Amino acid sequence: MSTRDAYVLLEDGTRFDGESCAAATHAVGEVVFTTGMSGYQESVTDPSFAGQLITFTYPHIGNYGVSERSMESERVWARAAIMREACNNEDSADAERGWLDWLTDCEVPAISGVDTRALVRHIREAGAMRGGIFPGEITEAQAQALIAAEPSMAGLDLASVVSPTTASLHGDGDGPLISVIDTGIKLSIVRNLIDRGARVVLHPCSTSAQDVLAEDPDAIFVANGPGDPAALDYVADTVRELVGKKPVWGICLGHQLLCRALGLETYKLPFGHRGANHPVKDLQTGHVEITSQNHGFAVLGPGGARTLDTNEPVRWDTDFGTAQLTHVNLYDRTVEGFELLDVPGGAVQYHPEAGPGPHDSLHLFDRFLARIAEAA
Amino acid sequence: MPRRDDIHTILILGSGPIVIGQAAEFDYSGVQACKVLREEGYRVVLVNSNPATIMTDPEFADATYVEPLLPAPVAKIIERERPDALLPTLGGQTALNLAKALHDDGTLERHSVELIGANYDAITCAEDRELFADAMATAGLEMPESAIATSMDDAQEALPRLGLPCIVRPAFTLGGRGGGIARSEQEYEQIVKRGLEASPIGQVLLDQSVLGWGEFELEVMRDKADNVVIVCSIENIDPMGVHTGDSVTVAPQQTLTDALYQKLRDQAIAVIRAVGVETGGSNVQFAVNPSTEEILVIEMNPRVSRSSALASKATGFPIAKIAARLAVGYLLEEIDNDITGVTPASFEPTIDYVVVKWPRFAFEKFPTASPTLTTHMKSVGEVMAIGRTFSQAFAKALRSRELDKPPVPRACSDEELLAGLETPTADRYEAILELLRRDVGIDPIHARTSIDPWFLRELERLAKDPQAPFAGERSFKSVDTCAAEFPARTPYYYSGWERKATHEVTRGERQSVVILGAGPNRIGQGIEFDYCCVHAAMTVRESGRDAVMINCNPETVSTDYDTSDRLYFEPLTLEDVLGVIEVEKPEGVIVQFGGQTPLKLAAGLVEAGVPLLGTSVEAIDLAEDRGRFGELLERLGYQAPPYATACSVAEALEKAQDVGYPLLVRPSYVLGGRAMEIVYSSDGLADYLRREAPTGDDKAGHPQGLQSQVSGEPGTPHTAPETQARPTIFLDRFLENAVEVDVDALCDGHEVWIGGIMQHVEEAGVHSGDSACVLPPHSLGEEMLEQIRAATRDIALGVGVVGLLNVQYAVHDGRLYVIEANPRASRTVPFVSKAVGLPLAKLACRVMLGERIATLELPTGHEGLGFGDHVSVKEAVLPFDRFDGADSVLGPEMRSTGEVMGIARDFPTAFAKAQAAAGSPLPRSGTAFITVTDSDKPGAFAVAQILHDNGFQIIATRGTAEAISRMGVPVLPINKIGDGSPHVVDWIERGDVDLIVNTPTGFGARTDGWEIRRSAVAHGIPCLTTLSAGVSAARAIAQAIKLGEPDVLSLQELHSGAHASPDGAPVA
Ligand SMILES: Nc1ncnc2c1ncn2[C@@H]1O[C@H](COP(=O)(O)OP(=O)(O)O)[C@@H](O)[C@H]1O
Ligand SMILES: Nc1ncnc2c1ncn2[C@@H]1O[C@H](COP(=O)(O)OP(=O)(O)O)[C@@H](O)[C@H]1O
Ligand SMILES: [Mg+2]
Ligand SMILES: [Mg+2]
Repeated sequence: MSTRDAYVLLEDGTRFDGESCAAATHAVGEVVFTTGMSGYQESVTDPSFAGQLITFTYPHIGNYGVSERSMESERVWARAAIMREACNNEDSADAERGWLDWLTDCEVPAISGVDTRALVRHIREAGAMRGGIFPGEITEAQAQALIAAEPSMAGLDLASVVSPTTASLHGDGDGPLISVIDTGIKLSIVRNLIDRGARVVLHPCSTSAQDVLAEDPDAIFVANGPGDPAALDYVADTVRELVGKKPVWGICLGHQLLCRALGLETYKLPFGHRGANHPVKDLQTGHVEITSQNHGFAVLGPGGARTLDTNEPVRWDTDFGTAQLTHVNLYDRTVEGFELLDVPGGAVQYHPEAGPGPHDSLHLFDRFLARIAEAA
Repeated sequence: MPRRDDIHTILILGSGPIVIGQAAEFDYSGVQACKVLREEGYRVVLVNSNPATIMTDPEFADATYVEPLLPAPVAKIIERERPDALLPTLGGQTALNLAKALHDDGTLERHSVELIGANYDAITCAEDRELFADAMATAGLEMPESAIATSMDDAQEALPRLGLPCIVRPAFTLGGRGGGIARSEQEYEQIVKRGLEASPIGQVLLDQSVLGWGEFELEVMRDKADNVVIVCSIENIDPMGVHTGDSVTVAPQQTLTDALYQKLRDQAIAVIRAVGVETGGSNVQFAVNPSTEEILVIEMNPRVSRSSALASKATGFPIAKIAARLAVGYLLEEIDNDITGVTPASFEPTIDYVVVKWPRFAFEKFPTASPTLTTHMKSVGEVMAIGRTFSQAFAKALRSRELDKPPVPRACSDEELLAGLETPTADRYEAILELLRRDVGIDPIHARTSIDPWFLRELERLAKDPQAPFAGERSFKSVDTCAAEFPARTPYYYSGWERKATHEVTRGERQSVVILGAGPNRIGQGIEFDYCCVHAAMTVRESGRDAVMINCNPETVSTDYDTSDRLYFEPLTLEDVLGVIEVEKPEGVIVQFGGQTPLKLAAGLVEAGVPLLGTSVEAIDLAEDRGRFGELLERLGYQAPPYATACSVAEALEKAQDVGYPLLVRPSYVLGGRAMEIVYSSDGLADYLRREAPTGDDKAGHPQGLQSQVSGEPGTPHTAPETQARPTIFLDRFLENAVEVDVDALCDGHEVWIGGIMQHVEEAGVHSGDSACVLPPHSLGEEMLEQIRAATRDIALGVGVVGLLNVQYAVHDGRLYVIEANPRASRTVPFVSKAVGLPLAKLACRVMLGERIATLELPTGHEGLGFGDHVSVKEAVLPFDRFDGADSVLGPEMRSTGEVMGIARDFPTAFAKAQAAAGSPLPRSGTAFITVTDSDKPGAFAVAQILHDNGFQIIATRGTAEAISRMGVPVLPINKIGDGSPHVVDWIERGDVDLIVNTPTGFGARTDGWEIRRSAVAHGIPCLTTLSAGVSAARAIAQAIKLGEPDVLSLQELHSGAHASPDGAPVA
């Protein structure tokens, strides 16, 4: 691993120096941060990070290397890793390869030695923005040009980039058949469904409602994924055609898309939720769960409210009847989940499948399958 | 759910004296709980026998009892105060065990007191190893193969199944006392025997060994709606086999994959549910095999602990505060995270820095004890350091330890060093760093220590370039529980090093005063000094300035971010302190309250142009330089014992003649009488000098700085004693059978106010920190007291003290001698404050901030003797039971870890209370064994007489027996060990002895006495090693028999009538 001068530059001109520690190229995109203290490999392989450069707030990244079983998809989707103290050790029991060697193999650039806390504080104040990491020899002017050339996240369809081109079946259990609109699903979600006996068909997100209905699934699942839900009306329209005909469930981007299909609005959060420690209250059990989060957009509450000032299961009127709030974020009181009362369906904004993060919400998959059974 | 209003008065139990395994962390937790519960409008009744705690300051509770933490006195308190609930989870093992006892003897039920925080079943389930094992099994969690033994036979039966090595752990003991690792059949027998004796219920758990597995701790919180959060994960760098209290630990965990960490998290949650802790914090310990990913549960503590204090300081999540709110009915989501102010406590802190905790050991004080680290805790304190990276934090922690001398690996070849690593010892990291510097690579070290390769790689980089972590600029960042996701309100800072300084300090406009803390607890410098620092912070705030605290001890109240306006969690070295000063630009710095630690920095600070408040460096030197102080005394017309100073062995031997034997010898500039000995002849002196190779002579042998190099600080002040060209040996004429007196006084440069005069129970020669003392003095005439007051006034003014002064005197043949003067807050300030009902440290701080004593409106007619008609006794608590082989005879080298206070209407009762509080309650009947040196023989009879008159059987060794029976007291002579069985030790082992008075028969020839004291310690039999203490004990016993169970009285009652103190509160 060679270390060379490199720097992070944000579109507002803010600069942080470091050394490049993986692929010797530059990368531009939206600069975001995640506060999880472990699970770096899961994060960079999570398709939801497509088009983004991940700043890890935890300083030591790479401590236990990388391994096949920590993959959340078949490749790295994040554009780059921004770190305070990167590590390439291979001698952890779990390591099949060193973290930085692996990134290099995957041609993903990374930077270390950055004052990531200062960077995060800047993003917290100024909001997530475009930026990039650049080898020292690229001048700031050149860098600014590269950043400017990069479209901003709002209005960006990245799902089509991460979505599969053909449908595929997974699992051979005797549980329900679930058709997934794959806007960039994480393997942990597929695993959680299959482990509970489900058979899962992953469809390209450009799939049509007809194709999906043709295989007569027991339920539809709208996956997590990257980018702006507002740019995915073609997916929302597909979903709209499915709601009412089949139970429709979703996670993260899927939550946003289902809402848009129901006629509800989404908006961009100042700097998103990314981490493994957000408290979410489950209004059905009354329990507070520590959740894994990774989203930059959110759903507006009833009456277009960005935040909810109650823990009551408030309701929306949707094009498909009433929707009822099931989960609320206790950090910033944004919408974290809802269920439909008149037709089968619902979704959560956070990541019950963890990977990385706490397991408090794994039981949601049981609830989800139970609802499918009820609907059948 | 709202706060419970069906309870009104809550009883909180403290943890008593500072002992190994239970230190200041419980004062920190207790203080937080008291504050919170009173904020919530509850009436708080507090019991703690430790006067050096902030929690026992009367303003922290509605009724404060400085009484022994034993069922009888606490039952009396319950009768008087009628609490509705008892919160037992904040006072460590002591409080849990006591709560259990009060439940078992029916007291709680009789007065319908509800246990809140942890109920009885949860406590027993967590504490009884057998019940715990069952609970884990039911919850489907794995533990090491184990067996419970209540007898040696059980143990033998289990051995084949468990195999060797085998871990022996007594039930219900603190910090694993009495346990150990048995590697051979013989060791197995010894340790099981010791363990059965140590366990109050005679039970040991025998564990199959998982030595070398990773050791992890999770701090868990649960509310009564069954919401659970993990506050912090802690990884022990020292793998299984070294007690977590003795391990170097790091937060958060560094080496587990997310998948494996989440498994631990799931299991920790399963454990707290299985044990049934309804509300509050628990500490769960795991062993993890990194290659097989096996996870074993080791234990859980259903209460706040050393680790939870560490977790609170490491994350900013105040566990005790929140535990207290949960205990009275709140849910996590209803409690604010006061660091962000906008988010609830129902979350998991995430941090963007690394925290390293280092234990502080004191093996140098117990030369005969085994220095290996094992499953029972031996460290006396700890430091914590925060850095942006592991190496920053580790190096900062190294220099925070503030060792007298950096330990330098004795063995020198690679092979020897490697071999040494096979048994963990206190200086293993110095050896590891040395080896890594020599390029042996991490593998041979991993092979011997099982330390995770990740840590070894980090240490390798550090060893090769100690300065690397400190490249770039010092940058003060804040601890905010959320990795900067939200703005932090609470000003709690640490220094990291970054390319460019990006300070997050919000300084504000107000003047600030920096208070330097005392650093790690150690023998000779304990919680008393933190107590004073906290009072200084309070006073500075009351004066309208910002109080700024610098300290590195995670156990303490001073490092609670609520204590000061700004907290800098930093090492107390000159460089680090100047770093803070640079951003703080304070009005002044206070070095008087943190013991010797800040005092050592005073000169350097002044050189750097930093204004000191209070006593000047010049004055400090005048008091501390033996030569200059001697001249001052002469000028003032006071006597010091004849003394000389020497720079070399030869010079010492020569000068000793002029001074005259017996001599008291010591190296210069040490606290707590380090390496101080009494020698009776030139041979004795020569021998001492050989052993305690004075630093001057062995500089060569101490290549300056393994430690200071690695800590990134060449020549930090903690190595000052080595580097100064000052006299290195002090010789004082030892005054035999002198009465020692301690005085704490206040001086503003013009006027002197005597805070308290304490007479020691043991004669001079027993370190002031180890001897019991009484206020007011019980046998000094008014004339002598006047002399003492006069001398103290003259010395205070002569030295030029502004603030506190402590003077120690010896009264010998009716003559007053000055032993030493410490121009700073002393160990006895908290005791005196509580005895006289005036906050000495606060008053001193006001003087240092510019007030005159005249304007403090101090009550008159006190003259250092206190007010009202009560007597206060301080007793020291010694850690001999933790160091097999250590001799329990008291001497001029301080070895106590803590202290207790007994308050009563008369001296004997106060003394008895102090003894009980210190852990050796005096018997009311039975057999007393007396064996004393010839010079004590005449006096021995007095002790025998009183005990005999009170129905004790007296037994004694021949010589002592003759002396006693000659005076007509019936006594049974028994064998010395030499005379063959049944001898004295057999008697003790049989449990036929209830009280021992044993003064060492001359120096050198101690073997018999040593055996006696050892078995006394092993069997927890009160053993007095001076005649004066023996007499006091006898009188105390007589009084107790006459009056029965002594009354209890709260400090508020005690001082209310007496007078009103300057700042309203009766005492502070
Ligand atoms: N089965 C075991 N094998 C090896 N070491 C052990 C085992 N059980 C405990 N230990 C070590 O002993 C220490 C003390 O044990 P623990 O159960 O935590 O007692 P304590 O109540 O004193 O904390 C642990 O920190 C661990 O390092
Ligand atoms: N000349 C002396 N004669 C008798 N005892 C002494 C003498 N000097 C000191 N001591 C004893 O040694 C103890 C420690 O000595 P001191 O000077 O107070 O050291 P420290 O700085 O550790 O407190 C004192 O408390 C006293 O009991
Ligand atoms: Mg333990
Ligand atoms: Mg002294």
